[in-house]
Amino acid sequence: MDLKELYQEIILDHGKNPRNLGKFENFNKDAEGYNPLCGDKVHVYLKLNEDKEIEDISFEGHGCAISMASASIMTELMKDKKNPEVKEILNDFLDMIKQSPELKSQLIKEDEKTKLMSLSGVKRYPMRVKCATIAWHALASAMDYKKDEDNSEKFI
Amino acid sequence: MSLKDIKKEFPIFSNKIQNNDLVYLDSANSSQKPQVVVDRIYDFYTKEFSNVGRSIHYLAVAATNLYENTRTLVQKYINAKDKNEIVFTKGATEAINLVANTFGQKYLKEGDEILLTELEHHSNYVPWHYLRKSKGVKIKFAEMDENGDVTLETIEKNITDKTKIIAITHLSNVTGAILPVKEITKLAHSKNIPVLIDGCQGAPHLKLDMQDLDCDFYAISCHKMYGPTGLGILYAKKKWLEELPPYQGGGGMIREVKKEGITFGELPNKYEAGTMATAQVIAFGESIKFINKIGIENIEKHERELTVYGEEVLRKNNSVKLIGNPKDKGSVLSFTLDGVHPHDIATILDEDGVAIRAGHHCCQILHEKLGLSATARASLGVYNTKEDLDQLNESLNKCKKIFS
Repeated sequence: MDLKELYQEIILDHGKNPRNLGKFENFNKDAEGYNPLCGDKVHVYLKLNEDKEIEDISFEGHGCAISMASASIMTELMKDKKNPEVKEILNDFLDMIKQSPELKSQLIKEDEKTKLMSLSGVKRYPMRVKCATIAWHALASAMDYKKDEDNSEKFI
Repeated sequence: MSLKDIKKEFPIFSNKIQNNDLVYLDSANSSQKPQVVVDRIYDFYTKEFSNVGRSIHYLAVAATNLYENTRTLVQKYINAKDKNEIVFTKGATEAINLVANTFGQKYLKEGDEILLTELEHHSNYVPWHYLRKSKGVKIKFAEMDENGDVTLETIEKNITDKTKIIAITHLSNVTGAILPVKEITKLAHSKNIPVLIDGCQGAPHLKLDMQDLDCDFYAISCHKMYGPTGLGILYAKKKWLEELPPYQGGGGMIREVKKEGITFGELPNKYEAGTMATAQVIAFGESIKFINKIGIENIEKHERELTVYGEEVLRKNNSVKLIGNPKDKGSVLSFTLDGVHPHDIATILDEDGVAIRAGHHCCQILHEKLGLSATARASLGVYNTKEDLDQLNESLNKCKKIFS
């Protein structure tokens, strides 16, 4: 059934008990994702070191189970990751949510893939894709990634 | 026409939506269309099409008559004094923009105040907002109370000697509050302040009488009253339409155009520049006839009964919290469900064919006041039944189960 695919246990769990929720003190980069259609907001906070490694990451916000779970899973996954790995994973996730049947990046471990793939149910619900990607777009802005001119779905 | 089999008049209900019978609870957003309205659009384009008000050939004259017939139908429906007080626009949004723009241009100056309420839809706030920058006017919001109402007393408290216009909703699209618009108009007129009423939710559900109500402007959205999209109506007292400057310039709204200057046409042409939504106007005539056949009083009675029933059903559901408990409530049931975000509710309900709206419903000021980023909203139309509301409740229980 479609709904079970959309609201998998992993999503309900992360939606109800989001990890890395709340602003932390010594962040040095942050950005807000906003969906004007529904008013959902996700603010991402980063502590980036000189090597552009994410030493700490958290988020604040309000929104549906999908947007909260996606932000929660993303923060878990991105902690201790470094540029350009962050960019590769981010683009891989956005590609999977929008079109690709699977995640391709070798940087994502199998158990992490399972978590991320739990969000793939939104593909059947075009109006909900933005819910699953809002935190990831906020992370891209916090990392100062720019949209690819030739492919606006991709960050460079 | 009887209300019992009314769903049969709407072709959308004879189709399955994702293998479900449609339970349509989103009429405050837009209503479904009866077959007579759909057919009228088809017939006009296939048998009668021509532009109106310009050419003198047979089809043009016939189309012009049909177009003007709708104006007369609307005039009678809302009991306006003169048919030229009915202006067709591309929507209620344009109707309000028309007034904000022309009234602002002619009468407002720095320091003047416009009084709105916290209930207003963005379309009755954003058009006025532009006058802050261009004219330096101040916008005040009459406060919503804990029941989701705005009272006459609150309006009175917010009026000052600088208030130049009051623009208020007739029926809130979130709390369902029906404002005492007649009393507010009387009060405003006693202080020489004109009143605009956003009737988007009022017109589809309540009997209207412009001469009794005595407001200066009333905006109507045709697609919310079983009519086509792309069409709205501005009712305005004749003196305003004569005094205010034109809104948009173009063909059809002029009298004489010379290199040195232009004179403008008579009413209602002055405000209907360019080729109008002709097919929609003509088809909207069928919407009015459809409503008249049932009787707006019967529609109002039916919807009020359903609103009360819906409230009862939802109140019995311990996890549901209704938003707004106004003194006089119409056709809107906004709510939250413990532990489930409105968007998730809407997606899960959709799976059962239950169409509701989730979000801020274009009322961010109101939602900020409620301290909520979003609510879920079931809104009613003539075709809804108690069974629809039972199905809503059943599907809400399914949401609870998924999120338990």
